[in-house]
Amino acid sequence: MLKKLFLLSILFSSTTLVSSNAMADSSLLNVSYDVTREFYKDFNPAFAKYWKQKTGETVTINQSHGGSSKQARSVTDGLEADVITMNQSPDIDILYERAKLIPKDWQKRLPNASSPTTSTTVFLVRKGNPKNIKDWDDLIKPGIAVVIPNPKTSGNGKYSYLAAWGYVIKKGGDDAKAKDFVNKLFKNVPVLDTGGRGATTTFAQRGIGDALLTFENEVNLIKKELGDQYDVVYPSASILAENPVSIVDKYVDKHHSRALAQAYVDFHYSEAGQEIAAQHDLRPRLESVAAKHKAQFKSLDLFSVDEIFGGWAKAQKTHFADGGTFDQIYSK
Amino acid sequence: MINNMAKQKNVLPGFNLSLGYTIFYLSLIVLIPLSAAFIKTTELSLHEFWAVVSAPRVVASYKLTFGASLIAALINGAFGLLTAWVLVRYTFPGKKIIDALVDLPFALPTAVAGIALTAVYASNGWIGSWLEPHGIKVAFTPLGVIVALTFIGLPFVVRTVQPVLQDLEAETEEAAASLGANRWQTFTKIIFPAIWPALLTGFALAFARAIGEYGSVIFIAGNVPFVSEITPLIIITKLEQYEYASATAVAVVMLIISFLLLFAINGLQWWFNRRATTSH
Repeated sequence: MLKKLFLLSILFSSTTLVSSNAMADSSLLNVSYDVTREFYKDFNPAFAKYWKQKTGETVTINQSHGGSSKQARSVTDGLEADVITMNQSPDIDILYERAKLIPKDWQKRLPNASSPTTSTTVFLVRKGNPKNIKDWDDLIKPGIAVVIPNPKTSGNGKYSYLAAWGYVIKKGGDDAKAKDFVNKLFKNVPVLDTGGRGATTTFAQRGIGDALLTFENEVNLIKKELGDQYDVVYPSASILAENPVSIVDKYVDKHHSRALAQAYVDFHYSEAGQEIAAQHDLRPRLESVAAKHKAQFKSLDLFSVDEIFGGWAKAQKTHFADGGTFDQIYSK
Repeated sequence: MINNMAKQKNVLPGFNLSLGYTIFYLSLIVLIPLSAAFIKTTELSLHEFWAVVSAPRVVASYKLTFGASLIAALINGAFGLLTAWVLVRYTFPGKKIIDALVDLPFALPTAVAGIALTAVYASNGWIGSWLEPHGIKVAFTPLGVIVALTFIGLPFVVRTVQPVLQDLEAETEEAAASLGANRWQTFTKIIFPAIWPALLTGFALAFARAIGEYGSVIFIAGNVPFVSEITPLIIITKLEQYEYASATAVAVVMLIISFLLLFAINGLQWWFNRRATTSH
């Protein structure tokens, strides 16, 4: 009896193995962060249609969403993603550093440092802007409450922190002044949520805070989903948040899906892909699409992480590692 | 003792097999994953280990986690006992529903509990908006942590005390009363000694559960360092930064403290049991 069961189980497991192998060519797993859910809901069918026209092959794209660092950790720990799409390059770098799943220079493989879209950190305030918040300086005034997710656990929070720091530097300040500024800013933060969506809930549903700092694309989604009770405030300067994409070499080779995965990441740069991104309030790179959506994306002084902080690795070490400038705000 | 074991062997055979199975099972489920945490920690030197686990911010989180867990377990001890008492000793319409409600914190995903509690206790929530004018803030303060931990720990005390109360015959209380004991004496001399071990077990379970709780607390705490940051969040934060070794270092400290506390509670129980049996 037991022997029979054992044989049966072997039989079953081998058939499932075979079928998943046969499927491998025409399915992809895209591991992404939290707030791209809506974007990929439109992007994936468009790509499937394009791929069908080009090759006649039907492709299924599976999505996995979650907090960005958590997702990246899943892939390094063995979640076999063909494609990884994140909101900051350190979460893709880790695939090289921890598990050698991709080459070190992965960012050089695609245009714009492998980042087909960008966004920026803006402010969401209560309707009518009762506290009259116009720029970064207004956020550090006494009595203003600002909601920012924890920079240590959230890419969204990291960008907000670096945006505030970079704003001071851009205005001609030095590191000491910038440090003092972010100190004052975070003294006004009553709740440190672990992720961007949590911070949105705190601000919108719980009524905490006078301003929420988050990505431009998230802000517009909030206005769409939660009604017109908010105004968006564009500061005079903010950070260029780059959303990198990469194929995961080790797993596409294992799944024999390299060509498909490559086409999928390339599609992000195509006119159709860029148009879908723009419709989801992600800033496109392609001039033609950007020109079409000019009114939608207000121009402001945008600075990149490389420009002000000398790259993500350095920013991470100086600001967010244990004992870094962020921890110093809370040290006694 | 040996005599006793031999006797048991006669009554129920297979002692060696079942003991072997128990050890194997515990190793697989508990010891191996836990030892992995200890082994990962050895990547740090002793000096680094100490620097991580004794950082002021981490120490502040221990105080909050263990303090709030203790308070929550005490609240559950008192009110869980009361709930169990009501459920056992009285009949009233809707009793079955209330009985089922007690288990709800077990079944509910903790994140859902956290979001629901935050919605209710935030300054614009049902209870929060009523407390706020009195200067009481619950959501996004350490008080919120206690509320969440009390919520998730409720079933433990009720469910451990309930069966013991059920077995306790009302006749013993009547006998005590007929022998001239007043109500207080009946409670302290008759009822309390009988339910005390179960109450202590329930308290220990609620306490242990609260220490490790993450999902529900994270939404209501506010997570501000030195104020409302719990130790499990410190661990998650370190994991998010890919600092596995220092994350496990903090986890190991939590494990050791929890183990010592639970060990002490078990010891206390043993001591009470022994005292109870020798005094008879």
